Amino acid sequence: MINTLINPKQIIAARVAKELKDGDVVNLGIGLPTMVPNFLPADVNVILQSENGYIGLGPLDGDIDPDLVNAGGQPAGIIRGGAFFDSLFSFELIRGGHVDVTVLGGLEVDVHGNLANWMVPGKMVPGMGGAMDLVTGAKKVIVAMEHMAKSGSSKILQQCRLPLTGKGVVDMIVTELAVFRVTEEGLIIEELQEGVDLETVKEKTEAVFKINPSIK
Amino acid sequence: MNKITSMEEISSILTDGMTIMAGGFMGVGTPQELVTAMLESGVKDITLIANDTAFTGTGVGPLIVNRRVKKVIASHIGTNPETGKQMIAGELDVELVPQGTLAERVRAGGSGLGGVLTPTGVGTVVEEGKEKITVDGREYLLEKPLRAEVALLKAYKADKAGNLIYHRSARNFNPLMALAADTVIVQVEKIVEIGEIDPDEVMTPGILVDKIFVQGGC
Repeated sequence: MINTLINPKQIIAARVAKELKDGDVVNLGIGLPTMVPNFLPADVNVILQSENGYIGLGPLDGDIDPDLVNAGGQPAGIIRGGAFFDSLFSFELIRGGHVDVTVLGGLEVDVHGNLANWMVPGKMVPGMGGAMDLVTGAKKVIVAMEHMAKSGSSKILQQCRLPLTGKGVVDMIVTELAVFRVTEEGLIIEELQEGVDLETVKEKTEAVFKINPSIK
Repeated sequence: MNKITSMEEISSILTDGMTIMAGGFMGVGTPQELVTAMLESGVKDITLIANDTAFTGTGVGPLIVNRRVKKVIASHIGTNPETGKQMIAGELDVELVPQGTLAERVRAGGSGLGGVLTPTGVGTVVEEGKEKITVDGREYLLEKPLRAEVALLKAYKADKAGNLIYHRSARNFNPLMALAADTVIVQVEKIVEIGEIDPDEVMTPGILVDKIFVQGGC
């Protein structure tokens, strides 16, 4: 399958997909994370939670129903066996640890597992929406993002500089270059993406990280 | 008691400086005709509590565009550029609240609680100015209740007693807000006689609903 992956976002989404298990309840952020289900094997079915009030988020099926949208406000569908509920229950699921995995984008992540992805002071203040609750409550938080900002600077830092979305919340970072795990001993690089060498990752990463012995 | 209301009556309920809650998520589940009633009534300087400020032309967005709001309490304002513009110009006070916390604060306001303890926002700017309470070794923020003078809701169907059924993802904040305002006005697509909605299917009981506005204004 790797050979068919043509851009960084697909490489990232395909690798995140390997983290999901059959039956997992999953909440996907807007953008890149929504590509993850495209890369799930046929025998892995996950249940998608949509923060605006349902489980069983699916692709648009048939006519657009103006009352049925995803968390991005776009027309969406619901799978057979899905369920609607109000915003209170939606966030009880999220904060209460009933969502197994959340996959979100990031502007900055650091070695302490801090995540910043909701505002850039003076430039972009859209609001946190449900992101702060998701990173606080989901059992596993995966940040799926391109390794570097458009400016070429590292997004994986010793210490986040932007206002945080959550403190010490990230479990795993997947980029088009590598896969990292955040542990009590700090950041550990677990895998290199195909065709990437360790020197390249070191060069492009501001954060200091340990190396899993399986790499080399 | 006749709960069926008109645009005129709604206009007479709204006054300048009021705190108003509106259901909806990016406009889905927002009572668009009640928003229009607000615009036409000329009411201004309102404090608006809603999940988001939707888009410039839909949801509660037109209230922002037409400068009727002096303060907004919401989780997301990014899809309505006018909100950010007025905020940066110092013309609009914006309090950003994590969505789950917003839901809990409305719940607290509607259910007689003095607030809720949530771990969401600990270690972020959200904790600024808030009391932190440690329970069994974990830190929580004390988040205080939210109430409004008027709640503007959208449901799919009501009976004449005000029992409500919502449709699809248009439910969102509506059931919570039905408990948290002094006067609850709901816009419905369909009105039926009392008894036509099975009590098992009622999502918001009619005792919470003061006024029913039937869409299309009959």
